[in-house]
Amino acid sequence: MSLLSRPERLVLAAGVAGLALAATACGSARTGSSTGEGGASAGCAAFAGYGRHEGGTVSVYSPIRDVEADLLERAWKPFAECTGMRIDYEGTGEFEAQIQVRVDGGNPPDLAFFPQPGLLARFAEAGVLKPASAEVKRLAAEGWSPDWARYATVDGVLYGAPLGASVKSLVWYSPKMFRERGWAVPRTWDELMKLSETIAATGLKPWCAGIESGDATGWPATDWVEDVLLREVGPQGYDDWVSHRLPFNDPKVVAAVDKVGAILRNERFVNGGYGPVRSIASTAFQEGGIPITQGRCALHRQASFYANFWPEGTQVAEDGDVFAFYLPGDDPSKRPVLGAGEFVAAFSDRPEVEALRAYLASADFPEARMRLGPYVSARRGVDPSNAHNPVDRLSIEMLQDPDTVFRFDGSDQMPASVGAGAFWKAMTDWINGKDTRTVLDRVNASWPTS
Amino acid sequence: MDFDLAAEQPKLLQLLIGVAAFLVVVAAVLLLVDRVPMRRRAWPHATILLAPALLLLGVGLVAPAVRTTLLSFMSGDGRRWAGLDNYVWMFTRPEALTVLRNTVVWVLLVPPLVTSVGLVYAVLVDRTRFEALARSLLFLPMAISFVGAGVVWRFVYAYRAEGQEQIGLLNQLVVSVGGQPRQWLQEPPLNTLFLVAVMVWIQAGFATVVLSAAIKGIPGEIVEAARLDGASPRQLFFRVTLPSIRSAVAVVLVTQSIGTLKLFDVVRTMTGGQFDTGVIANEMYDQAFRYGETGRGAALAVLLFVLVTPVVVYQVRGRAR
Repeated sequence: MSLLSRPERLVLAAGVAGLALAATACGSARTGSSTGEGGASAGCAAFAGYGRHEGGTVSVYSPIRDVEADLLERAWKPFAECTGMRIDYEGTGEFEAQIQVRVDGGNPPDLAFFPQPGLLARFAEAGVLKPASAEVKRLAAEGWSPDWARYATVDGVLYGAPLGASVKSLVWYSPKMFRERGWAVPRTWDELMKLSETIAATGLKPWCAGIESGDATGWPATDWVEDVLLREVGPQGYDDWVSHRLPFNDPKVVAAVDKVGAILRNERFVNGGYGPVRSIASTAFQEGGIPITQGRCALHRQASFYANFWPEGTQVAEDGDVFAFYLPGDDPSKRPVLGAGEFVAAFSDRPEVEALRAYLASADFPEARMRLGPYVSARRGVDPSNAHNPVDRLSIEMLQDPDTVFRFDGSDQMPASVGAGAFWKAMTDWINGKDTRTVLDRVNASWPTS
Repeated sequence: MDFDLAAEQPKLLQLLIGVAAFLVVVAAVLLLVDRVPMRRRAWPHATILLAPALLLLGVGLVAPAVRTTLLSFMSGDGRRWAGLDNYVWMFTRPEALTVLRNTVVWVLLVPPLVTSVGLVYAVLVDRTRFEALARSLLFLPMAISFVGAGVVWRFVYAYRAEGQEQIGLLNQLVVSVGGQPRQWLQEPPLNTLFLVAVMVWIQAGFATVVLSAAIKGIPGEIVEAARLDGASPRQLFFRVTLPSIRSAVAVVLVTQSIGTLKLFDVVRTMTGGQFDTGVIANEMYDQAFRYGETGRGAALAVLLFVLVTPVVVYQVRGRAR
C-alpha cells in the first residue's frame, strides 16, 4: 500500500524544484548598493587614502541614539559617499545587554561603540574582537594620551581607538542667576557647601539631580561618587578602587559616599524643582538639570554632554543662560578630571570595516562631527576653537592639557556585574533611603571572585 | 524608515532557502514512509513521522535545558566549574533572597486574586442584560501587551512634587482628597503590591471568560432543583456553582501560576527590578545578559524550571484523568 499515488509524488517534486528555482533566480537579480554612487566629486580628495569599497556594507551598533545618532550619520556621510560604502547604523538604549545577545546569537555587528572599557575587555578576552590594525594603532598613538589608549588595551593588545569623549567633573549653573543674586563660582569644596547653604537660606533648593535611565538607572549617582572619590583618595587610590585593591566598603569609600550624601541626601539641598530626595531616583537624567532654566534650582552636576539636553533656545555661554564650572575638591591646586567616552571595536576585519575604523580614529572625523553640533573629543590635533559651544571648548582644552590628570569613569571599567549592575543599583537604593554602609557592603560582595 | 527591497534581498533569499529546505524534508519523510511496507502495527511509520519533531525537540528544548543546567554549576564566564557556588549565592545573598521572596509573594497573590476577581465578576454579570458588554470591558486589558500595560500603569503611579500638577491618576486621587502625593513604586515592600495589581488587571478578564463559560455549562435543572430545595444564593454558589466548575477554576489557577512564575515584562517595564521589586525571571535576565554572570543566570533559570515543573505535572495528570 502506498500513501501517495504517483501523480501526487510528481506534484510534490515539481513544487520543490520550482521553489529552488525561484530562490536561485532571486539570488542572481542582485542590484547595486543604494548609496555611494556619487563618488569622485571634488570633496572626495580627502578620502582618497581610504580606497573604494563599492557595494561594501558596514554595520555599526552603538548606544548613541536620537539627535546625536543623526549627527554621527551626517558626519560620516561624505566619507561613505566617497568610498562607496554603505554604513548601517543602529543605536540602542540597551547596548550592554543586546551586544551580548547579538554576539552569542552569531549576529555581531561589524563595529560597535563601547562606552565601557570593562565590557570591551570582556569581549576581547572571549576572543571575538579583532585587534587594531597597524594603521589604527598608529592613529591612536598619534592622537591619544597613553591614559586613553590603555583603557582599550587588553593583555597588551590594542582593540580600538577612542571616539567621542565627555568631561564629567562639571557643575552646571546659571550665570545670569548667579549675577543677579550676587553668588560666586566656588573654588573649593568648602566654598561649594557654603554656597549651597546660602542658596538654601533663600528658600531655593540649591541642587537638582535625576538618575533614572531605564536599565542603567543609577549611573549619574555613581559618577558623583567617582568624582568625589578621585579627589579624596587621589588618582592612584582611584585606580586601586577601580581594580578592587581598595575594597568597596573601605572607610575611605564610605566617607566619599557620605560626602556626596551631604548634598544628594540632604532634604534642604535637593531636589530643586522635583520634590524630596527620593524623587532623584525617578527623575530622568535628561531632565535632571532643567529646573535651572526655570529658576527652581541653582546647581546640577552633570557631564559636558548635558549641553545637548537644555531646552531649545537656552544660551550656553559664560555669561548666558547656563554654563558649567569645575567641581572643586578640598585642594584647589589639584584638579583631576573624570571623564568618559566610547571606544570603536571591530568584530570583523573586511577592508571596508578597516577603512571606516581608520577614518573614525583620524582627526578628520571629530572635526567633521564638531562642525555639526555639540561634541567633545580628547584627540590631539582637534582644534578647540571649532567647538560648538563654550562648554565643549572648555572640555576639549581640559582633556588636551598635558598637565591634566585624567581618569575614566570607574564604573565603566569594573566587571559589568559591579559597574553596570550592583553599583548602579546600590546608589539607586541609597538615594531611596538605604544606608551607605549596607549598600557598599553589597557592592563589595558582588565583586566576581575569579 | 524605508523598506529597501534590494537591501533585504539576502534575508529574503535565506527565507526562500529555508522554505525550500522544509519542503524537501517533508517530501523526504513522505517518500520514505511511502516506501516502508505498512503492517497492522505501524511502528516504522510512526518512527519516521515522529523523527523530525523529536529531533527538533532535542535541539530546541532538551539540549538547551541540559546546557543551562551545566552552566549553572560553572563560573560567570562559563570557563570553569564552580560547584554549588551559584546556588549558594542564590540562597544566601540578601539581594538574591529579596528576589526569591518577591516571586513567592507574586505566586501567592496573583493566581487566587485573578481567579476570585474573575469568578465574582463572572457570577455577577451572569445572565444580566449587559453581560456581553461587561465581559468585554474586563477582557479588553488582555488585548494589551504586558509592556504596554506596564507603561500605562507607570503613568497611573507617576509622581510630581507636592504643589505641582499631578500627572498620575493615583496621586491625583490622593491629592484631591487632601493627601500627599507619594512615590508608589519606590516604597518597598508596598511597591510589589502595586505591580501585582497591574498583573491582576491584565489577567482578570481571562479568568472571567473561562469561568463564565463554565458557569453557562452547568445544567439548568441542577440549579433549578437547588432553588426548589430552598438553597440561598450563597449556598447555591458554594454548593452548586463552585463544585460544578472546579476543573475550570483549576485551569485558571494553573495557567496563572505558571504565568506568574515566569513574569518578566511588567517588572522590567515599571521598575526594572529596582527598589526591591525584582523577580526570578527579571534577575535571571540581568545576571546572564547584563552582568555577564551566566552561571548565576543559569542557576536562576534552573530554579524557575524546578518551580514550574510540579504545576505542569499536575496539569498534565489532571488532563489525563
